[in-house]
Amino acid sequence: MSKIKWGFYIFLIPVLLWLFLLIVFPHIDLFVNSFRSQNNLGDSIWSLANYKAFFSDSVYWYTFVRTAVYSILVTFLTFIVTFPVAFYITKVVSVKFSGFLALLLLMPFWVGELVSVYGWMILLRESGIINFFLLKMGIIDTPLKMLYNDISMIIGLVYMSMLFMIVPIMSSLEGMDDSLIEAASDLGASKFTIIRKIVIPHAAPGIVSGSIVVFMLVLGDYLTPDLLGGKNALWFTEQIYNEFIASFNWNEGAAFGFLLLALSTSIIWLALKITNQSFEKAVS
Amino acid sequence: MDNILEVQHISKKFAGHTVIKDLNFGVREGDFFSILGPSGCGKTTLLRMIAGFLEPTSGKVIIRGEDMSGIPPNKRPVNIVFQSLALFPMMNVKENVAFGLRRRKFTNKEIDEKVFSMLSRVGLEDYGNKAVTQLSGGQRQRVAIARSLVLGPSILLLDEPLGALDRKLREHMKIELKLLQAELGTTFIYITHDQSEALVMSNKVAVMNSGNFDQLDTPKNLYKFPATSFVAGFVGETNKFDISTQKTENNMMNITTKKGWKLEKRFFEDEEHNFLFIRPESIILKPDDKLKDVSRFMIKVKTILFDGSNTKISAYTKVGDERILIALPQNARFENIAVGDEMEAAVHHNDLKCYKE
Amino acid sequence: MIRTLPSSKTYKIGYTIFIALFYVFLFAPLIVTCVLAFNNSNFPTLPWKGFTLDWFFANNGQRVGVFEDSDLLSSMYISFETGFYVSVMSLIVGTMGAFLFVQEKFRFKGALYFLALAPLVIPGVILGISILLSSTIAGGFVDQHFGIDIPFLRPSFSLVVLGQFSFITTFVVLVVSAKLKKFDGTLEEAALNLGASRFDVIRLITLPYLKPALIGSFIVSFLMSFGNFNTTLFLVGSDTTLPIDLYSRIRDGSTPVLNAVSFLLIFGTSLLAVFNLIYNNVKNKE
Ligand SMILES: Nc1ncnc2c1ncn2[C@@H]1O[C@H](COP(=O)(O)OP(=O)(O)OP(=O)(O)O)[C@@H](O)[C@H]1O
Ligand SMILES: [Mg+2]
Repeated sequence: MSKIKWGFYIFLIPVLLWLFLLIVFPHIDLFVNSFRSQNNLGDSIWSLANYKAFFSDSVYWYTFVRTAVYSILVTFLTFIVTFPVAFYITKVVSVKFSGFLALLLLMPFWVGELVSVYGWMILLRESGIINFFLLKMGIIDTPLKMLYNDISMIIGLVYMSMLFMIVPIMSSLEGMDDSLIEAASDLGASKFTIIRKIVIPHAAPGIVSGSIVVFMLVLGDYLTPDLLGGKNALWFTEQIYNEFIASFNWNEGAAFGFLLLALSTSIIWLALKITNQSFEKAVS
Repeated sequence: MDNILEVQHISKKFAGHTVIKDLNFGVREGDFFSILGPSGCGKTTLLRMIAGFLEPTSGKVIIRGEDMSGIPPNKRPVNIVFQSLALFPMMNVKENVAFGLRRRKFTNKEIDEKVFSMLSRVGLEDYGNKAVTQLSGGQRQRVAIARSLVLGPSILLLDEPLGALDRKLREHMKIELKLLQAELGTTFIYITHDQSEALVMSNKVAVMNSGNFDQLDTPKNLYKFPATSFVAGFVGETNKFDISTQKTENNMMNITTKKGWKLEKRFFEDEEHNFLFIRPESIILKPDDKLKDVSRFMIKVKTILFDGSNTKISAYTKVGDERILIALPQNARFENIAVGDEMEAAVHHNDLKCYKE
Repeated sequence: MIRTLPSSKTYKIGYTIFIALFYVFLFAPLIVTCVLAFNNSNFPTLPWKGFTLDWFFANNGQRVGVFEDSDLLSSMYISFETGFYVSVMSLIVGTMGAFLFVQEKFRFKGALYFLALAPLVIPGVILGISILLSSTIAGGFVDQHFGIDIPFLRPSFSLVVLGQFSFITTFVVLVVSAKLKKFDGTLEEAALNLGASRFDVIRLITLPYLKPALIGSFIVSFLMSFGNFNTTLFLVGSDTTLPIDLYSRIRDGSTPVLNAVSFLLIFGTSLLAVFNLIYNNVKNKE
């Protein structure tokens, strides 16, 4: 078949512009600028000062590690919460309702992160709805401080991540033949064995891709940790924001950004290696 | 003789692997030409080269005397009915059939007329506004054929068009296709791996074997005089034996199978043979003593495979204990043959087909 | 444990309760937010002080409803505008990308595909700061060498559009190429064989086939853009988008007007969801 070459370029050029102008060059700039800083005379020079600042200040360090650990924890919790739901919708509930239940899952995503976070604030704060009912029923006398701590932050993060975990798991479970479970059960396997030996291995690609997306979203989130985590819930994106917007120290902000990027890519790379998946396969 | 299609020394390689090997043949105008071969032998590849979806690695396709090299598929006077039918799901039956006409800039009135007459011809005049997904397999089949035929192509290429249908419908469509072709006079090139389709419908059949034609002949000759052991084994049902042969003084040939069954045949061709084919229906049960030029042997009936007019017995030869299938005509003469019976059988010398390889 | 296999009663009940709790968890914040939009109280909390539409329509010294609050209305409008531009651009470029990656063969295709997927694992904050950084550098460069000031290279509406476009396009590429991979190539061949040109094939066969995926990714792109916060935060100029506006209001202490906005968003997207559901049902019945 004869290919019209210019047709190909009409398609290629916008894609190249997108990828190079908005992805590649900005990240090169980010990388380069993380190695620049100002000397005493106010001139811009090459230096490792930005990275030194990171490694010498324990607050930065602590926040960095804390963000990584909490992101992994949230990813894991999200999996625990959503897996039974994904299984229920694809394999248990009658087909009539499964479409509707799946559609409901999309709501938090559709209304946006900010509205959901706001909803949690209304529920959890001292003058909030939960405290109102607890007081009313006489279970407590003074309002509980449920907002602005790690727990409320984790709740918010799990809440906003659920969809991104459940959709890939559901799609890999949908591709699973029910007769596999029937056969296993017929051969005498217990529920636990079936889940562990049949269902989870089958859903593995979905679990991996869901986990990657969730981990990345949580790690790079600013809104939820900022609003639900309160003052002492240090999240690394808040440090980046401070460098960029509050202190106006873009070079150090760039270094922090680059460290966060390195962290997310290396953890995702590690996870892919351990589970033996390829990036292209996992995300599509 | 003017051939509507000439395929000249065509070859096709995929990444160094040769799929079509120096193929050379012609098709006459109005022929129902079948290409019969096992899965993966290169039938679809050949068809796609004729239609222009693949460029041959070497060789030429000539249609009505015109060299097709470099002519894109949308400019060739051939239409194709795909193995998967490829009906456009986003269009209804009428729009599917009208698709090609619209590309040729006919007026709406002409299109309506042509589509209607084509749909009537395939018996679907009342289905024009149905979605193609609402049709049965046979109806979809007919839409696909109508869609191609409405353009009045010089040649219609059909790639296993009946493959997806169930057996009953396939039998029916076989006859319908044959009638349609006879009525229109369009040249059909029909690909199949089902030998009965090829034999029933065509006036010429090419048997394809790993990228080349083993034999190109009429269905009857193909069946009666297979040119190679591949054709003998592929076309029609048959019994196959590994043999060795030996010449005797009186111009006869002794045939011995691996397990030691012995037969003899007149007309010795000068070479050694390694394979013997005997069709089940060429074996005569309880032959007359007067019958001449036959090779006789004793068999013992093992099971009877009842299948109406196609009933056979599975038997063993007394000498050599070779398993052999024999057609069992359903008539009074053979009514009381039963499992365990022993009887004489015979094959005419001409029905013992021997091949070197 | 699945539809065809019986389970014990306790197991079934336990499982159902878990699922019910999950959906309570899912909807509690949304429902509470909606209900409190109609509470006749100056704070978004209980007790219930009666029904009011003040938070939508009032305009007196104490209460200013959504539809009377020009700042909110203008940030809402800006979010709509942003969403529109972002989803149109993402749809066009993403579809082009999908065609390239699925149907074409060219050098460095694998590397380019990898790049196209990269935004999935780049945190939104990083996308924001890197685009801010390089546009500022580019702007400074142009200003210094040519003496031209290019406003859109500073935090602004267009920069927000570009920032959101940079990762939403990836999503479109994924959705459209998944659909395109399932496309039966013989349909295109059949069309060519019936005399259609390459252009006809795309217009009459491929695009109609992709239509549901295109509509779906347009809607989702719009919603992703409309709700985006993390990337926008760094690129936004004086034209604040709705999430940024709401964010600063929440930090300053919330009033039920935020509930009213949330109610509108929840209500609007539910309508969109219902519309989508009906559309798909009609499609499936056809
Ligand atoms: N695009 C291709 N690239 C590489 N090899 C191919 C390609 N198309 C076909 N082949 C190979 O060429 C051989 C012939 O394929 P072809 O499709 O022509 O077979 P066929 O006779 O039509 O088989 P079937 O009856 O199963 O349709 C096969 O071995 C196949 O693997
Ligand atoms: Mg084929």
